[in-house]
Amino acid sequence: MSTEARKPPPQIALKIRRILGGKAGWNGVAVQFAFAAILGWIGYEIVSNARANLENQHIAAGFGFLRNNAGFDVNQTLIPYTGSDTFLRVFVVGLLNTLVVSVVGIFFATVIGFVVALCRLSPNWLLSRVGEIYVEIIRNLPLLFQILFWYLAVLAALPNPRQSISLLGIVFLSNRGLVVPSPIGGSGLEPFLAVLAFGVVAALALRYHARRALFQRGQVIRIWPYVLGLLIGLPLATMLLTGLPFTFELPQLKGFNFAGGSRIIPEFVALTLALSTYTAAFIAEIVRAGILSVHKGQMEAGSSLGLSRGNTLRLIVVPQAMRVIVPPLTNQYLNLTKNSSLAVAIGYPDLVSVFAGTSLSQTGQAIEIIAMTMGIYLLISLLTSAIMSVYGWRVSRSLGA
Amino acid sequence: MSDIASSSFVRQDLLTERPAPVKTTGFVGLVRTRLFNSPTNILLTIVGALLLWFAVVPSVKFLVADAVWSGKDRTACLAENAGFVVGACWPYIQAKLPQLIYGFYPEAERWRVNLTFILAVALLVPLLVPRLPAKGLNASLFFVAFPVVAFFLLHGGGIKGFGLSWTAGLLELFDDSIIGAGQALLGLSKTSAVGPLLWVVGSFVVLLGTAIHWLILPLTWLRDQIQGAGQSVWADFAVTAVIVSLIAFGFGGGLRTGWRALASSIVAFLAIAVVIKLMGLDSGGLPVVTTNLWGGLLVTLVVSVTGIVTSLPIGIALALGRRSTIPLIRIFSIAFIEFWRGVPLITVLFFATYMLPLFLPGNFTVDGLVRALIGIALFTGAYQAENVRGGLAAIQRGQGEAAAALGLSWWKTTSLIVLPQALRHVIPNLVNSFISLFKDTSLVSIVALFDLLGSLRASFSDPKWSTPSTAFTGFAFAGIIYFLFCFGMSRYSLFVEHRLNAHRRN
Repeated sequence: MSTEARKPPPQIALKIRRILGGKAGWNGVAVQFAFAAILGWIGYEIVSNARANLENQHIAAGFGFLRNNAGFDVNQTLIPYTGSDTFLRVFVVGLLNTLVVSVVGIFFATVIGFVVALCRLSPNWLLSRVGEIYVEIIRNLPLLFQILFWYLAVLAALPNPRQSISLLGIVFLSNRGLVVPSPIGGSGLEPFLAVLAFGVVAALALRYHARRALFQRGQVIRIWPYVLGLLIGLPLATMLLTGLPFTFELPQLKGFNFAGGSRIIPEFVALTLALSTYTAAFIAEIVRAGILSVHKGQMEAGSSLGLSRGNTLRLIVVPQAMRVIVPPLTNQYLNLTKNSSLAVAIGYPDLVSVFAGTSLSQTGQAIEIIAMTMGIYLLISLLTSAIMSVYGWRVSRSLGA
Repeated sequence: MSDIASSSFVRQDLLTERPAPVKTTGFVGLVRTRLFNSPTNILLTIVGALLLWFAVVPSVKFLVADAVWSGKDRTACLAENAGFVVGACWPYIQAKLPQLIYGFYPEAERWRVNLTFILAVALLVPLLVPRLPAKGLNASLFFVAFPVVAFFLLHGGGIKGFGLSWTAGLLELFDDSIIGAGQALLGLSKTSAVGPLLWVVGSFVVLLGTAIHWLILPLTWLRDQIQGAGQSVWADFAVTAVIVSLIAFGFGGGLRTGWRALASSIVAFLAIAVVIKLMGLDSGGLPVVTTNLWGGLLVTLVVSVTGIVTSLPIGIALALGRRSTIPLIRIFSIAFIEFWRGVPLITVLFFATYMLPLFLPGNFTVDGLVRALIGIALFTGAYQAENVRGGLAAIQRGQGEAAAALGLSWWKTTSLIVLPQALRHVIPNLVNSFISLFKDTSLVSIVALFDLLGSLRASFSDPKWSTPSTAFTGFAFAGIIYFLFCFGMSRYSLFVEHRLNAHRRN
């Protein structure tokens, strides 16, 4: 006669303990209650104090002020904006200005950073020292110092528009900013853009097809002549058929200032210069570390397989280095975006400057405005880190980990 | 054996010497192998040399060759008076040097700033040299005693009470707030839909507040007695010293092993008494210099040192919280860290300047410098937390398990076994954060504090010294100062890293 196996004792209490208190058990539960009580108390203090203080200063809390007229001008706007627009529009204008300076800064920072990294990795002793000096000097000076240096010293020392430094008679640099030709859309603009978009999509599809053929059947398809034709030949042919897509309006000196062309304000020039050179120093170090992190046996293995030096770099070294480079590189892009808030020091109309600066001093709605500003930066950084975790997950999956 | 010897060939004369291999070391070798070994490399060398030439020559010309070294005002630095294109205008720096270092700190009181600088260097240098002994004492002097002394030196003013009155005052404030919260809940319960629940919670909170009130009654009674008597500071000091020493004696192990704790407590209090007497804190202290008069390098150093000293405990607490097994504490720590790391420092400073005063009771005004310091401490603390967490993760599980096997509590395991090892691992990272903190202090100039960069910017607008080269001279000077500090710290961090990895080198 066999006895049935006894059921395990119900462990409800244990499970509750585990859920509520983690590994620390009932002690953990007690600590959590105390902690929650303290947090609640601090929250109560903050809310009650803020309410009393706002009542004293006769400020109505809430986001209603966003619909009021701003009443001040912004000297660089990507979307139409006048002084009679609302604070909400000021917010959007500032955010767009932040994003545009970040994107331009990221582009130049990446280019300069990779160039400096190549200098530092160069077998030439002198060039690698020059790269090192650049990195050491730039990294050891505060960013705000560099922004002010470009703005107050270098750009202020430039001549006035009448004696501006011209580049081939197209681009003019003066203490009023950078004047560049502005494109004006012509009759052939729409077909040109459509054909260009088609070319890009078709080239991507071709590349996908070629990679599938290589990985699945081991068949090497040469695609670059077709890609070149799609990306350059096709738009050129369209241009011949339908006319120029756009013409450039050249800036001309009239009186004391320029007419025509578009003017890039000096604040933007200074901020972009400082942000891109500063971040480039950090990017250079990241890229250098990433490339050095690939074991030199990989390079040797590549050449023993008969790959050329360029192919070894392209197919073996760079993909492995990118795995190390991309996460800190994204971090630097994020830092650049956050650092663009230093624009407030030189009056470039970014989000912090026009919203947390001018709008705050006009409305006095400190809590709402600063919460919105912090919130938008937080959103950007959380989005970036979410994308990065997806990237990290894909990389670890492709490694078969 | 003999035939092998006879059949083998034995060379009778010496071979001619082969030429020495091409030298690959030393200066000539360097030139040959890494500068001029191929046409491309020669081209690169020329490019590098040109870059260096165009960077170095104008700088040297500006800083030294074309510089003006003496003068009374701007006229000395103008090209038409000097007779050549003027480089750096050093008399401008000489004239503005006090402002760049002390701000508007009164001239008669500047010895206090100098004394603080000297004290800081005297305490910091032995802390940084690994070979010198008594690191614990030195660290506690620098991180605990020095900030307090520096505050009374720089700011001035005296004290009206000591530990006992402060503790009693703080507890009273806390108690009042709790009772206030309970009464607010009770008031809310009359109108709310969940009235009974709020009533229960409110009554409980009020009850708690009343209990605390009775608990701290002896303390407040003693405080009132002391305040009534003359010489309140010294009476308070004596009572605090006795109480703290007894507590130290008790916790140190009582009659058995508590004597050492008792002795160190008495010595510490004696030292505090000496400092109080020396600085005359009991009788008003030094004349007060409000922080809006501070400026220049003084503010830069005050902000960075305070940031360093306060951010480390915050960082350690948050890092431990993030690794805690208690869910609420872990979630709170993660949210706190990620929040501060996700926003730019300038918005944190705006938050501290405009939003923080709204959160504090109306009668409680916080100095502008202190507000910026709070913002910087929170911001840097979050970054330090991630550094410390890296160190904690590097400690093997076995360390904690061994400590648990020996019967140590969580606190003892953490403070005696895990943290010392973890912190030693991350010293280079901590120093690197301090470098970025030092650079970030320049941001306080945006919220109307005049640090080195702010003072520099303010000095540009002085018409007495406005010349074409004023801005460049000022930036050159401030740049050299910033560079020396940051470069020094980064070299120190490399040195420590090298030392820590000594066992890994081969």
